[in-house]
Amino acid sequence: MANELSETQKSQIGKQNKKGQTYTDPNHLFFKAPRTAAFYTGSEVIKEAIRRANVDVMVAYPITPQSEAAALIGELYAEGYIGDYLRGESEFAVMGQCAGAAFGGARVFTTTAGPGTMRAMENFPMWVGSRLPIQMIVTCRGINSPLSIQPDTLEMYFLLGTGMLMWHAETAQDFFDWMLMGFIVSEQPDVHLPLALCCDGFFVTHTKDTVMLTPPDMCLPSYDPYRSPVVCMDMESPPVRMMRDPFIMKSNYISYMTHASWQEETRAACERSRKHTIPLIGGLIETENVDAEILIVASGTAVSQGREAIRLMEDEGLRVGLVKIKSLRPFPFEELREATKNAKHIFVPEFNVIGWLATELKAALPDNHRIIAGPHVAGGMTMPAEVIVEEIQKTLGKRVATLAARGS
Amino acid sequence: MSKEKIQICPEFSDIMPPEYRDLVEQSTYGNEDRGWKDIGNSKELIEAHSLCAGCPESMAFRYILASLPNPEDTVMVGSTGCTSLVFPMVAVHNIHSLFGNQNAVASGLKRALTVRFPDRIKDVVVLAGDGATVDIGLDMTLQAWFRQEKFTTICFDNELYANTGGQESGLMRKGFVAKMAPTGKKFDKVRLPEIARESGCCYVVNLTVSKPSLVEKVIKNAVLLAREVGPTYIQLYTPCILEIGKNSMEGLQEMRDSEKPGERFNYKEYITDEAKQYLADLDARKKAAAIPAAQLTE
Ligand SMILES: Cc1ncc(C[n+]2csc(CCOP(=O)(O)OP(=O)(O)O)c2C)c(N)n1
Ligand code: SF4
Ligand SMILES: [Mg+2]
Repeated sequence: MANELSETQKSQIGKQNKKGQTYTDPNHLFFKAPRTAAFYTGSEVIKEAIRRANVDVMVAYPITPQSEAAALIGELYAEGYIGDYLRGESEFAVMGQCAGAAFGGARVFTTTAGPGTMRAMENFPMWVGSRLPIQMIVTCRGINSPLSIQPDTLEMYFLLGTGMLMWHAETAQDFFDWMLMGFIVSEQPDVHLPLALCCDGFFVTHTKDTVMLTPPDMCLPSYDPYRSPVVCMDMESPPVRMMRDPFIMKSNYISYMTHASWQEETRAACERSRKHTIPLIGGLIETENVDAEILIVASGTAVSQGREAIRLMEDEGLRVGLVKIKSLRPFPFEELREATKNAKHIFVPEFNVIGWLATELKAALPDNHRIIAGPHVAGGMTMPAEVIVEEIQKTLGKRVATLAARGS
Repeated sequence: MSKEKIQICPEFSDIMPPEYRDLVEQSTYGNEDRGWKDIGNSKELIEAHSLCAGCPESMAFRYILASLPNPEDTVMVGSTGCTSLVFPMVAVHNIHSLFGNQNAVASGLKRALTVRFPDRIKDVVVLAGDGATVDIGLDMTLQAWFRQEKFTTICFDNELYANTGGQESGLMRKGFVAKMAPTGKKFDKVRLPEIARESGCCYVVNLTVSKPSLVEKVIKNAVLLAREVGPTYIQLYTPCILEIGKNSMEGLQEMRDSEKPGERFNYKEYITDEAKQYLADLDARKKAAAIPAAQLTE
């Protein structure tokens, strides 16, 4: 069943934590509890989500554009909303500290960005293999040299293969909801994987938006480490000998098979997250007018720009549909095939130099000549809606011209 | 964990592996006076090891595991290296994740256990090689000490990278010819005990594992002090007999030779006044508690 609570968690519902917040059934919290509008920056929204998330340990490290959010969560700790909080010494260490806390049965949260993500990279496949349901917010920024702090989603490309769940928020509202929902999905026994919840730095973190918040006196039930698929390292269960010989010692079939099947299993766990994620975030993708011949397929704030471009083109009588990809891992193969089946041209606007989303789509969709990898901007360049319109018009015009040339 | 947790349900007792049955029946969990003398009379918390025959690391493991004051509530953190091949066979929960990140992992772990079990003792003990502690992980080793994280760091100093085939390490002696130091190491053995003292460890000991009773005392002190006073650091010489060209029987002599006065592993201890006082108080309390028992037997 989707998003079930353990008996321990169920027995918590209705009781209060030390801050007087009522442990609330997640479905009630997400869909039934009253919501109040607030006008907040993305960083403040992260803080408000964490206030309601019953987090045991947060580890912080300064890097623009997530520093403010990470510091605001420090304030929550000072107010007593979080079990423990520290500033680590580097992102590599931070992700190790997160791992240690998660191995010890804590609900763990952290945030990073750009060079921080890259510095920490060795940890992410380890988190996955160790089945640590850590939530990491990635507020993407440039990773190129010369040094850049500008929005750029190149780092997400490197996260795609780690085995983590990966969602890409478009708005602060996505962020608020998905952070809370993300803990519930990540911690399901048949998933139990870390979540990289990504957003485009500055565009989401530093702009103000109206966000509908759940009541501050309601929070998620605590994490229950005793339904993890692997043993919680707290010496509260028998310390059995784990294996006869460590697999690394052997170059034999059993060793290869163990590594291979565990990798398969962690990937399968990622796929199994669908049944928990879909009812919560409303599907891995969201579509508008996908019967149109021209589609924009995007994730993150490129979706917002695409939406604006669609409005502009509508004014000129050109009908364009939209696909918003919310989850990159698991990747919505079937959903995308279905949503793009009528499309003749699929445009993929992106905030990075390589166009990794277009590459993913080209590998996933039939007739991939339909996919136009662009427009993409990088290094902090903005992507005005007009640029998307221009790309679409240019491409269509070119194609028409080429076809005409062929015909003559 | 209470000892009941490892009990076997009677219906399954005959199908449990004998090593697990032994663990239930003859281990020393919960015995406050456990120590190296239990080796041979009780079930050890290390089932087997896959180190080279005669590797002093195996002795070190056995003495340490026999000396932990509270194994039923101790979680160990290791790192990649020869030690990581032993941990899967150790009967206390232990974490291996990456190479060199052990003190970061232990920091998070100790904090999580403190949040989750505020009224109980949960000891955290790091055990890693010299490459892990001093080279790749030095930042995290020191930072955990700066932050006064309350756990023990044990370094198995074999003065080289054994697991990858004997390369130069920071704790290697100057002049030693090794892989990646083809003309001999150019700089001195890093003085980690002194660095540990300056970095905020309240108890630092540099020794070999030639004397089990000494190892026992040091490990007990280190774990008890880390619980209440502050970070502790133990550096043990566990020579890599394979890479220094000794055979299986020669590890002990190698350690004895290197602990002579003036040698690298001559016993060296730094202890703060606070730590000294804490140990003295513990001792006094223990003696006071022991008096009635002694009188009873008279
Ligand atoms: C990031 C990373 N770099 C390098 C390695 C390769 N590596 C594995 S074990 C090891 C040496 C371990 O040396 P030490 O910590 O002294 O332990 P020993 O084997 O000597 O006991 C190295 C370099 C690795 N596993 N991970
Ligand atoms: S390589 Fe050296 S340190 Fe490793 S097990 Fe063999 S003797 Fe021991
Ligand atoms: Mg070594």
